[in-house]
Amino acid sequence: MTTDVASVGPAPRPVRRGLAHRLGPLPWVAPAALAILFVFAYSMFELARQSFQYEDAWVGFENFSLVLSDPLFRTAIWHNTLLLLAVPVLVLLALLVAVMLFETRRGIVAYRAILFLPYILPIPVIGVVFGQLLQLNGALNGTLDGLGLGSLTHDWLGNPQLALWTMGGVIVWKEVGFGIVLFLARMMSLPEDVYESAKLDGAGFFRMHWHVTIPQMRPLVIFYVISEAIVMVSWVFNYVFVMTNGQGGPGTSTVVTELYIYRTAFQDQAPELASAAAVLLFLSTLVLIVGFFRVQRADGGTFGD
Amino acid sequence: MLTHRLGVASRHVVLITLCVVALGPGYLMVTGSLKSQSDFLDHPWALPGNPSLGAYRTTFNDQFTQWLLNSVLVTFSAVLMTMVIAALAAWGLVNWPFRGRDTVLGITVSLMVVPPVVLLMPLFQVGAELGWISTYRIVILVYVGLMLPFSIYLLANFFRTIPASLLEAAALDGASPFQVFRRIVLPLSGAPVATLVVVNLLWAWNELLLALVFLQTDEKKTLMVGITGFQSRYSLDIPTVMAGMVVATLPLAAAYMFGQRYFIRGLTAGGLKGE
Repeated sequence: MTTDVASVGPAPRPVRRGLAHRLGPLPWVAPAALAILFVFAYSMFELARQSFQYEDAWVGFENFSLVLSDPLFRTAIWHNTLLLLAVPVLVLLALLVAVMLFETRRGIVAYRAILFLPYILPIPVIGVVFGQLLQLNGALNGTLDGLGLGSLTHDWLGNPQLALWTMGGVIVWKEVGFGIVLFLARMMSLPEDVYESAKLDGAGFFRMHWHVTIPQMRPLVIFYVISEAIVMVSWVFNYVFVMTNGQGGPGTSTVVTELYIYRTAFQDQAPELASAAAVLLFLSTLVLIVGFFRVQRADGGTFGD
Repeated sequence: MLTHRLGVASRHVVLITLCVVALGPGYLMVTGSLKSQSDFLDHPWALPGNPSLGAYRTTFNDQFTQWLLNSVLVTFSAVLMTMVIAALAAWGLVNWPFRGRDTVLGITVSLMVVPPVVLLMPLFQVGAELGWISTYRIVILVYVGLMLPFSIYLLANFFRTIPASLLEAAALDGASPFQVFRRIVLPLSGAPVATLVVVNLLWAWNELLLALVFLQTDEKKTLMVGITGFQSRYSLDIPTVMAGMVVATLPLAAAYMFGQRYFIRGLTAGGLKGE
């Protein structure tokens, strides 16, 4: 718009316009830029600086080697890695349910609304309610007993062998609705004739979705995989904190990296070690963040505005 | 034909089972809040025999009311500020194209996946130096910073779709960029703004980690911080705990019932562009 006006103006004006043009967005963008620079850029710079220092003296990689040799940190990382196993479960479950909804059509709005509901609930609330539900004498074990499945009852959160998997189950319960809605939206926007011709070719249920639906949804599936992987690696603090009273217990069976950082910084008062751990966590998510960034851009190129 | 029908029926059975699983914990929470402790322990899934609001009375006699008000204050101010700042920034980025703008936007949206725990300590130290621990301004400031990337991204994507002819006409009439923004761009942006308000409200209302670290005194806590301690305080009074959870969820659940499509649209916007 402005370029049009500038091009019909007298000769000196485009130059001034050009400068004004370049500085034009500044007042608009400045408040956001300041807030983002403070919250993200400053913090990350400070974090990196502190991870190499102890009491204001430069100590090289010492904090990192201390953290990496801490068995609890390794345990925490291992637990996040195990939680990544929930990602394929989420993808398969979400795809399956989305296909089912897509094929059924009837009641799709109501089903979708209900299945998406867990995704909007506050994690602290989910943690507290599941904490009750999964007690040894809680509602889940009571139900299993009532159904004659007493052999399946467990101390879901009290058994150190099981607690992390239980946590993973709760996360799946919350996150799957996001995938269902995401995939369903894309399926609904796929052109009908693709399916028509596949049906004419005599493709069955699995062949059709394997060869037609899944390939069409590849970028979206990748997006979901990356989003959920980020959740498992670096956004599970709330579940663990609420369901284990901030302890990561029983024992250390549900300690995750975020909890390790939180406790090292605010309970053990060792900010330099927590910084090193946070840098390591950030670097491991960076791989995922770069992936996220590339999917975003690729997305924009194919079917963006 | 028969197999087809059987297929449809069994699909509904599976879907209804999944809905029961999705709703189960919520059902347990709502009915549990209306029961007595022994009733809850003996028959967790039964409907409350003689529903009582006693648990809600206990809840509100506690500091719950204060926490609720704190959550409302923090959430609303943070979201309002985010919306204003993000709208200005998004319009600035869209209206004045410069080289590397798309990269700036791309990096901005990538920031939304940076784990908050990474940013926590440096921000806490700044807060401590300023004497802002247990004040709302530090929490609001950090929330605004964390909500901006996605908000700018979503609004910028929308602003780009506004037809240039509309804006050119206004500019030729001598309207200043701000007038164009206020009289033309904003009135067209109802839907994306509503979507974004909903998503941001949800995020800020549900946020725990930062509030936990920044708001340490009991009277400043938000609801999410409050309920984590509430659980152990009333560990022998499950109905009261459940009543607390209902109160913490209700504002969202009510909003979800009325504005479902805004929730769905907003929360999936990162993955589904231009749909």
